[in-house]
Amino acid sequence: MQTIPIEHGLILASILFAIGLIGVLTRRNVIFVLMSLEIMLNATGLAFIVASSRWGHAEGQVMFIMILTLAAAEVAIGLGLIIQMYRRYHTVDISLLSGMKG
Amino acid sequence: MIDFIWLLPTFPLLGFLSLVLTGGNMPKKATAIIGAGSIGLSFLVAAIIAIQFLGSGEEFVVRHVWTWMAVGDFTPGFSFYLDGLSLVMMLIITGVGFLIHLYSTGFMVDDPSYSRFFSYMNLFVASMLMLVLADNLVLLYLGWEGVGLCSYLLIGFWYTNPDNGYAARKAFVVTRVGDTSMAIGLFLLFSQLGTLNIQELLHNAEEQWVTGSGLAVAAALLLLGGAVGKSAQLPLQTWLPDAMAGPTPISALIHAATMVTAGVYLIARTHVLFELAPTVQLLVAFIGLATLLMAGFTALTQRDIKRILAYSTISQIGYMFLGLGVGAWSAAVFHLMTHAFFKALLFLGAGTVILSLHHEHDIFKMGGKWKKLPIAFASFLIGSLALAAFPFTSGYFSKDEILLAALAVEGPGIWLWMGGVAGAFLTGLYSFRLVFVVFFGESNGHDDAKEVAGFSMAAPLVVLMVFSLLGGLIQVPVDSVFSHGEAHGEHHVSFLMHAIMMAVPMMGIAISYLFYVSKTFSTEKIMASNTAKFLHRFWFSGWGMDGLYQRLLVNPFLFLARINRADLVDKFYALLVTLTRVANGMITQTQTGNLRWYALSVAAGLVLIVTLGVLL
Repeated sequence: MQTIPIEHGLILASILFAIGLIGVLTRRNVIFVLMSLEIMLNATGLAFIVASSRWGHAEGQVMFIMILTLAAAEVAIGLGLIIQMYRRYHTVDISLLSGMKG
Repeated sequence: MIDFIWLLPTFPLLGFLSLVLTGGNMPKKATAIIGAGSIGLSFLVAAIIAIQFLGSGEEFVVRHVWTWMAVGDFTPGFSFYLDGLSLVMMLIITGVGFLIHLYSTGFMVDDPSYSRFFSYMNLFVASMLMLVLADNLVLLYLGWEGVGLCSYLLIGFWYTNPDNGYAARKAFVVTRVGDTSMAIGLFLLFSQLGTLNIQELLHNAEEQWVTGSGLAVAAALLLLGGAVGKSAQLPLQTWLPDAMAGPTPISALIHAATMVTAGVYLIARTHVLFELAPTVQLLVAFIGLATLLMAGFTALTQRDIKRILAYSTISQIGYMFLGLGVGAWSAAVFHLMTHAFFKALLFLGAGTVILSLHHEHDIFKMGGKWKKLPIAFASFLIGSLALAAFPFTSGYFSKDEILLAALAVEGPGIWLWMGGVAGAFLTGLYSFRLVFVVFFGESNGHDDAKEVAGFSMAAPLVVLMVFSLLGGLIQVPVDSVFSHGEAHGEHHVSFLMHAIMMAVPMMGIAISYLFYVSKTFSTEKIMASNTAKFLHRFWFSGWGMDGLYQRLLVNPFLFLARINRADLVDKFYALLVTLTRVANGMITQTQTGNLRWYALSVAAGLVLIVTLGVLL
């Protein structure tokens, strides 16, 4: 069976990670920021999968499942915070929320 | 009883503590009983110890109470060393001290700070006893600084007047110069001889140092510095006349009878060191001579009754230094003792005069008071006779011994003797000028005066009168202390010399009589010439020493202080503060509260670190 070379998988993971990071840095809407974070998490997950299949180890798969669980928990808390934020400030634009400055 | 020698400083210390802790809430009577009683108890113990000690015929006794601190081999302790010298000092301090405390119970009775006064006095006596009984120089130094502190507190006793505070600070700072010198001397002695126990130290010094060696000279000079500061000798004598700002019993106890003689005690105690450095010993004699003459001339011109007595104290301590300098150790100690009697008497008499004349200090506003103030008059007459060394009073015997010893010195002896005799002439002149101006002639005011003298004030005066007259018959038991060093050679002094020494004080008294009683000579006529006016001004200011120090030390110091008002050193630290504040301002700018900005910083930092990791 023709396997996908590890470089390809890692390049894809890097591209996904960069897209996610750029999303986090540039989006104002906090929901999109959260989604971009998910992309970054999945990018790291992909890197784990690729690496584990290259060396035939199971730890990478296990790690990916853990990341998935973490992401689920994160989304639950993150969405909860966003709902609270919207209730209190009537906005989902994080650039408007800078009460902790200086 | 000798085992209970630690009781001596303990009684006054307990008195001090109980008076201080009750903070003046005790009734006056209780204060007086504690204040004077503690010293009285000390005197009783001292007297019993003295009788036993003299009866036992031992040369010295050491009693170790407890170790103060232990650093390696260096273990100074609260150990008391009793020999003839400390015995004499101990009896003077407790005896004269008790009389003065008794006098103070009457003298200070109207003062609102009655108990503060007695607490300081008790602390003083405790420190002074510590000083003279110490068997090591560390404990001696503790007492030395303790008496300095009490002197400061008591000069500034009436602290509401800023002048008194100034006088107190002056005394403290000037004696500090001497104390520093003494402390350095102690360091030197310890580093060279490895001990500060006085007897071991003197023993080691004799073994290790050759006579006249550099170290011996340095050690003796440094100790002399301390003695000069405490005993108000040239060039550190300027504090004593100003110290008269304190209450009169203080002047009697601290600034005449006991504390100022601590320097004499120190030199006598460490006399072996001075014998190892003959040049320094000669210097002691010349310092004494110069001081006694200078103070004598100054006393002639003063108008304040207490300042006259202060200068006469400086002058008499000059005699003691002269005695020490010529190796007449026991004569110096003898003079110390007789001086304590008659100077305490004079000061307490002056206190009676001042109190009776509504706090008048100017002798030219008194006049003709002998009938009105009979007890004060008797005190002054007897005290001044002893001070002027009138034949067969106590002062005569001691001064005679010192002058004879000075004459016995090879070389400069005759000059020292002549200077001392001239000083004796001046003493007669100024002491009887005081007596004649205050008690004879026309009254110059205060005609309504009535003598203030209850039992508590009169009794000490009477006792001191007796001792001033007959104190010369006491044999000071210090021969064993100084036995090996003293020049006991038979020195034949011609009858003429004796006659001169007897006649000179009487000449002084007679001339003073001609000036101030019979008015055969007139001071106005002398004062008409410009030279006399200049001399009077010069002497009156204490030979310009205060002005000299003002110009030489105080003004430059103030000048520097003014330059440095903004505190140059502090500038550096202020700069640190400013820098930190600016940096803080810059860094807080980065805390924008903007989440994306933080995320970018994290990412940029990560990139930076990874890049660095790859490249390096």
